[in-house]
Amino acid sequence: MSRLAPQPGERIRRDRPVTFTFDGRPVTGYEGDTIVSALYAEGRRTFSRSFKYHRPRGELCGCGQCSNSLMQIGDRPGVRGCAELIRPGLAVAHQNARPGLDFDVMRATDVVGGPFTPPGFYYKTFIRPRRLWPLYEKVLRHAAGLGRLPKRREERTWRTEYRRRHCEVLVTGGGIAGLAAALRAAELGADVVLCDDDVEPGGALLAEGGHERARALAARAREAGVEILSGAAALGFYDGLVPVWQGDILHQVRARRHVAATGTLEQPLVFPDNDLPGVMLAGGARRLAALYAVKPGEAAIVATTGDRGLDAALALQAAGVRVLAVADLRPDAGGGALAERVRAAGIELLPAATIVRARGGKAVTGALLGRIDARGVADPASLREYECDLVAVSGGAVPATSLLLQGGARARYDEATARFVAESLHEQVLVAGAVAGYEDADAAELSGRVAGAQAALALGARRRSAPDPPAVAATRRRGEDGARTALGEDEAALAATAPPAPVAAPPAHARDGRRGGKAFVDLDEDQTVKDIAYAAAEGYDSIELSKRYTTVTMGPSQGRFSQLAAIRALGAHTGLTPAEVGMTTARPPWVPVPMGVLAGRPFEPAKRSAIHGRQREQNATVKWAGDWRRAYDYGDPEAEALAVHESAGVIDVSTLGKLLVRGPGAGELLDRLYPNRLANLKPGRVRYGVMTSDAGRILDDGTVCRLDDDTFYVTTTSSGAAAIEEWFGWWLATWDLDARVTDVTQGLAAINLAGPRAREILAGLAPELDVSADGFAYLDARRAPVAGVESLLMRIGFVGEVGYEIHFPSAYGEHVWDALVAAGARPFGLEPQRVLRLQKLHVIVGQDTDSESTPFGAAMPWIVKLDKDEDFIGRWALEHAAERPAETALVGFTMADGHVPTEGAVVRAENGGPLGQVTSSRRSPQLGQVIGMAWVPAALASDGASITICDEGSDFAATVTTRPFYDPEGKVLRS
Amino acid sequence: MSFLLTCPNCGVREVTDFGYGGEVSVRPASRPTFRELNTYNYFRTNVAGVQREWWFHRSGCRAWFIAERDTRTNDVHLTALPGEDGDGEGGPPAPQTPDASKAGGAGVVT
Repeated sequence: MSRLAPQPGERIRRDRPVTFTFDGRPVTGYEGDTIVSALYAEGRRTFSRSFKYHRPRGELCGCGQCSNSLMQIGDRPGVRGCAELIRPGLAVAHQNARPGLDFDVMRATDVVGGPFTPPGFYYKTFIRPRRLWPLYEKVLRHAAGLGRLPKRREERTWRTEYRRRHCEVLVTGGGIAGLAAALRAAELGADVVLCDDDVEPGGALLAEGGHERARALAARAREAGVEILSGAAALGFYDGLVPVWQGDILHQVRARRHVAATGTLEQPLVFPDNDLPGVMLAGGARRLAALYAVKPGEAAIVATTGDRGLDAALALQAAGVRVLAVADLRPDAGGGALAERVRAAGIELLPAATIVRARGGKAVTGALLGRIDARGVADPASLREYECDLVAVSGGAVPATSLLLQGGARARYDEATARFVAESLHEQVLVAGAVAGYEDADAAELSGRVAGAQAALALGARRRSAPDPPAVAATRRRGEDGARTALGEDEAALAATAPPAPVAAPPAHARDGRRGGKAFVDLDEDQTVKDIAYAAAEGYDSIELSKRYTTVTMGPSQGRFSQLAAIRALGAHTGLTPAEVGMTTARPPWVPVPMGVLAGRPFEPAKRSAIHGRQREQNATVKWAGDWRRAYDYGDPEAEALAVHESAGVIDVSTLGKLLVRGPGAGELLDRLYPNRLANLKPGRVRYGVMTSDAGRILDDGTVCRLDDDTFYVTTTSSGAAAIEEWFGWWLATWDLDARVTDVTQGLAAINLAGPRAREILAGLAPELDVSADGFAYLDARRAPVAGVESLLMRIGFVGEVGYEIHFPSAYGEHVWDALVAAGARPFGLEPQRVLRLQKLHVIVGQDTDSESTPFGAAMPWIVKLDKDEDFIGRWALEHAAERPAETALVGFTMADGHVPTEGAVVRAENGGPLGQVTSSRRSPQLGQVIGMAWVPAALASDGASITICDEGSDFAATVTTRPFYDPEGKVLRS
Repeated sequence: MSFLLTCPNCGVREVTDFGYGGEVSVRPASRPTFRELNTYNYFRTNVAGVQREWWFHRSGCRAWFIAERDTRTNDVHLTALPGEDGDGEGGPPAPQTPDASKAGGAGVVT
């Protein structure tokens, strides 16, 4: 065990041991440990195997930003072991190695496979013979995958939530700068949210001895009313909307001002075998010691380009690690007090030197340090070899500018600090802390205070529910004046702070000049300096091409630790400076995020009528019809269709859209929206209505019934209900008529009772109603109780027999249904309904028509009353359409043989090409033949014409009819 | 694209609460030529700048209203119920034909 004595800022609770399993073996750590820290304390150094070469990889960043410790926990692949806290009973497994992390057969690709897997190998190899491609694909995919996803749906039980949060200031990053910004903005009265991805706010300070200061600041921020989200990663910046992922919740945060206090990312160095376990970022080593009291190594080498590494050397020594030497690339190792302290601590300090090779097989066992020339090659005379088990590297720290760049900022290479910085920020965005160049804790805190004040004061006049009384307004103005003065002083002090300490620019590739070893630029994608040069030599020599061809920066850590190194490597090969090479675009998400979090709670909304339960009891076959669950049949669709023809049937049509249109202007509104006349409809009468767009195309159809002078009852198709209500509303908003539309679709149920016995059944259930042929004629509407329930009855005939559509309050759905069934009506479903209406050539809008169909083409020219006085929507288009015959027309057809053509089968034009299609087709049990509807070439749209239907590759003959197959005169319907 | 819209009845909401009704276009006042009719039905100005357009509050009060939005930046300058946006047009239509200046465009809103 390599636990240290209790550290001042440690996160672990030594009084609370926690046992979990890793690859089946029990491991014990403490509450507060991460998976990696607990395993590291036990002695494990390898936490994953790399993507392509399956090389062992160890801890690198220690803060959940790299991909060196991706593990599988149960169903979840790709969990970052260095950030994931251990819990009792957690079952952790390795990824991407067979049989295990300590011996992986796939390492063969590292040993022999190199020449076969250069960058872009998949464009050149494993292509021929073509018939082996499925095999290649399967093998390669298996080799390339990281982690496993469950294949069966039941295993995915994770529930996630969305939360919308509008605030005034969002601070991203909870380090000292972010906390200071949030606190100051809240003190000035702003509604502030702060999000931070670590388990507690405090940022870099927590591992660098400043935990008390950080915690005190966080407490003050909470007291001031800041909402602090911990374990919460900001995923991206979308025009002021920042999604923040916290566990099971996706917070959609929208703020008027944003403060980005996202800090910096320490960078690794590029040298042969720089990926060995034991080679880690200086910050990662410090975190192991400071937060988890884990000794990162026994004997250490530090290689740095700036003060950061010197600090780390002293901290590691204080934690009990033997620091053998520090190689500082700067000519004088900074030449300041820090260098002095390192020497005074007995640590050998080598200025103008860096690490040029790491030695070791499964983990680092030694390091070679030396002075390098401009190309990065070491001077042999300066080489010094050390035996060590820890190499802490610090190659500078790049600002985490991804969110800023997504907001439109530009990246500029800063020579003094040898890194890219962001400028020209989005107008709503301010920066604070290390990301803005303020690395010193005091300067960072001051910069945060400044940004917070600027954000709060920029909010300006907020919309308040009522104007403030003059005294309060005056107090607020004085307060703001005071705040502005204080801000001015703070800004001056900030401007006077010292610039960041200089760092040396690391070479693209530091090396000792000997053969052997791989110098990695991108650990995620296993891309080396040689690979980038190889790709550039092939012509992929711009940063955009290089990135896409080598896939550098496209792995799980998205270039955090590889982008700058890749730019240097490409620049070294092409002779360009980093500024000339440039950077590629920053894209969200900042961290890999599960699709389940983005999807939110899984919904599959289904609408069911009030009678649905009873239908299921009666053995309904239930299927989807749009977002409704509907009965398609009750076990025997042919018998059900025949029952309607011979006796009586009932179908639940509650799904129909139902709109009440009321007011003195209701009739005029309807006249303007429909191509036929409706204002002259008498109370108690029903008319079929087809609505057209202003381009003359059919939108929907239904019935219009006048209840009294000012009240109309409009029905629409089931799927069109919402859209037609919106359509009505839009025109009403435009025309300012005295009418209003109320959607009563859900409130009323509707049952269609049809068949020769329908009249008799109705008489029995509605004794107050005169159901005689004259008393209740076709297209009449009546109000009467049916089975005791007040109903509106409309005598219409979609299915071609004498029928009554009964509309009544949904609550009585089952009651009325039961009464009708008990009286002898047989339940029938959508499928028999389809056959019956097809026999009458009744159009189903959306099936037999599409978005281009006009009433003329759809064989209902009689619905268009061009002689109507009023203008109506679609009038002019229909006038034009009436003058121009369409290419195709909707007709009925019968088949010569018994083949039932597929709906959608193509109709041939006279020249043999496709022109038209079958829209409906069924075998009618009543008529004993196959019938259908189709759009056919206009020249063939007459009774008796022969058409050819091409279905599934064969031609079939059919005969056109323009009249209904059953009861063409409508005598039965009107009887 | 993600921005806020202020429903004149209900207040500020995310844009996803609303349905978009297209740019406000002028319905021809009298019988248009075939070309004018097709321009009205199928062509849009599609301005890169401030556009007057229809929205309705699908997840809320279901009112139709007009917004002025800069299509380049999604800054919404104003939202108002039709007739209250002070644009001077509109008012009760003539008895025979709908008022040309206030009529919306063709096509179903989906």
